[in-house]
Amino acid sequence: MHKTNTTSLAQAVGVCIRREFLLLVRRPSDLLNPLLFFALVSLLFPLGISPTEAILQPVASGVVWVAALLATLLSLDSLFRQDLLDGSLEQLLLTPHPLSVLVMAKVGVHWLMTAIPLILMAPVLGAMLYLPTQAQGVLMLALLLGTPVLILVGAIGAALTVSLRKTGVLLTLMVLPLYIPVLIFGTSAVHAAAQDLPADGQLAFLGAILSLTLVLAPLGISAALKVSVRQ
Amino acid sequence: MPNTPLLSVRQLSCEREDRLLFTHLAFDLQAGDILQIKGPNGSGKTSLLRILAGLLPYAEGELYWQGEALHPGEPSFLSQLLFIGHAPGIKAELTPIENLLWYQDMHQGADQHAVIQALTRIGLGQFLDVPAYSLSAGQQRRIALARIYLSAHTLWILDEPFTAIDVQGVADLEQCIQAHAAQGGSVILTSHHALDTLAGLKVLTLGQAMEEVPHA
Repeated sequence: MHKTNTTSLAQAVGVCIRREFLLLVRRPSDLLNPLLFFALVSLLFPLGISPTEAILQPVASGVVWVAALLATLLSLDSLFRQDLLDGSLEQLLLTPHPLSVLVMAKVGVHWLMTAIPLILMAPVLGAMLYLPTQAQGVLMLALLLGTPVLILVGAIGAALTVSLRKTGVLLTLMVLPLYIPVLIFGTSAVHAAAQDLPADGQLAFLGAILSLTLVLAPLGISAALKVSVRQ
Repeated sequence: MPNTPLLSVRQLSCEREDRLLFTHLAFDLQAGDILQIKGPNGSGKTSLLRILAGLLPYAEGELYWQGEALHPGEPSFLSQLLFIGHAPGIKAELTPIENLLWYQDMHQGADQHAVIQALTRIGLGQFLDVPAYSLSAGQQRRIALARIYLSAHTLWILDEPFTAIDVQGVADLEQCIQAHAAQGGSVILTSHHALDTLAGLKVLTLGQAMEEVPHA
C-alpha cells in the first residue's frame, strides 16, 4: 500500500504565500487599481469643494479614511472569484490542511500588497488636504490597525458571494455596515491627533476590533468558502 | 477473509435543483479497483464524484472510507485523495512548474527535479517556464494531470481526465492508471472514452432507469 507523507502546515502556508505573491505581481492591475482609486478620490476633493485650508483641514481625516475604505472594498470583489472559476478553490478545500489557515495566507498577502502601499501613500494625500503634521503618524497607525479589519471582514463577504453570478452591490451592502465602527474610530483618532489631543483611546478600540477580527474572520471565511463551493 | 473495501457507498441519493439524479446507489470500491462512471450528460456523474470528494452535500445515504463513516473534509481521507475536477485549478499567470509545485507542496511534497520529470513525461518538457495562459486547453489540462505521475495518494478521483487530451496522451494516462491499480491504489473516473484497454475495469452506469423506460 501507499505511504502517505503529507507536507507540514508551515510548508503549505509558505507555498500559498509564494503563489499569491507571484499572482499579484504578475497581475499588477489588481494592485494598482485600488491605489489609483484612493489617490484620485482624495485628489478630487480639493478640486470639487475648495482648495482652502479652512475647509479642507476639518474633513481631511474623513476624506482619507473614506477613500481608503472604498479602495479596499473595490479590491475585494475579485478576491476569490478567479479561484472559484479555475478550480483552485475546490483544490484548496481538498488539501489535508485546515482551510482557515491557508485562506489567511491568501488574505494576508492581499493585505500586504494592497494596504501597505495605501498606508504609505496616505500621509502624502493627508498633507495635500492640510492634515497637521502631528496627525500624520496617527493616520498611518490607524490605517495600519484598520485596513486588516476591512480586508478580513470584506473577505467573509467576498467568500459568501463568490458563487453568485453577479454580486453587484450585494457585497457592499453586506460589508459596509460592519465597516462603520472602523471608520468612526479611525477618523476620530486622526481628528483628535490633529487637535493635539491624545488618540490612544480610539487606537485601542481599533486594536481591539482587529484582535477580534483576526480570531473570528478565518473561521468565517473558511466556513463561507465551504458553503460557496459545496453547492 | 473478506477485505474491508476502500470506499463503500450505501443508499446514496443526490438531488440537484429539485431533480432527483440518482437514488439508492450502492457500490464497494476495493483496493486495486478501477471504476468508470458512465451515463448520459446530466445523469449525475460529476455530482457523484463531487459527493465522494466531499465537495457536494447529498440528500441521503452513507459513505464509508476503509470501514469508517466518512465526513466531508476529513484530513485523514483528504491526505489519501487526489481529485482532478472539470476545472483543473491551473493559474494562467503561473508557469507549469509553479502550478505543479504548489499542488505537490499542498499534499505530499516533491522537489523541483521530480516536478520537471513529471511535466516532461506528460509532454510539457518544452513549456516548463512559459506562463500557462500561452498554452492550449489540452496542455493546461496536462499540467493538472501531471499530478498523477507524482501522486502517492491511495484514491484517485478523475472527472473527465481525457478531455482535450490527444490519443497518445490518453494511452499514456491509461497506462499510469493501470500501474496505480496494480500497486493497490484505486481510481474512480468518468469518461466518454471506451477504456477497454484497462484490465479489471468496473463500470457503473448512471441514469439507466430513465433509459430503460421507453417513452413511458
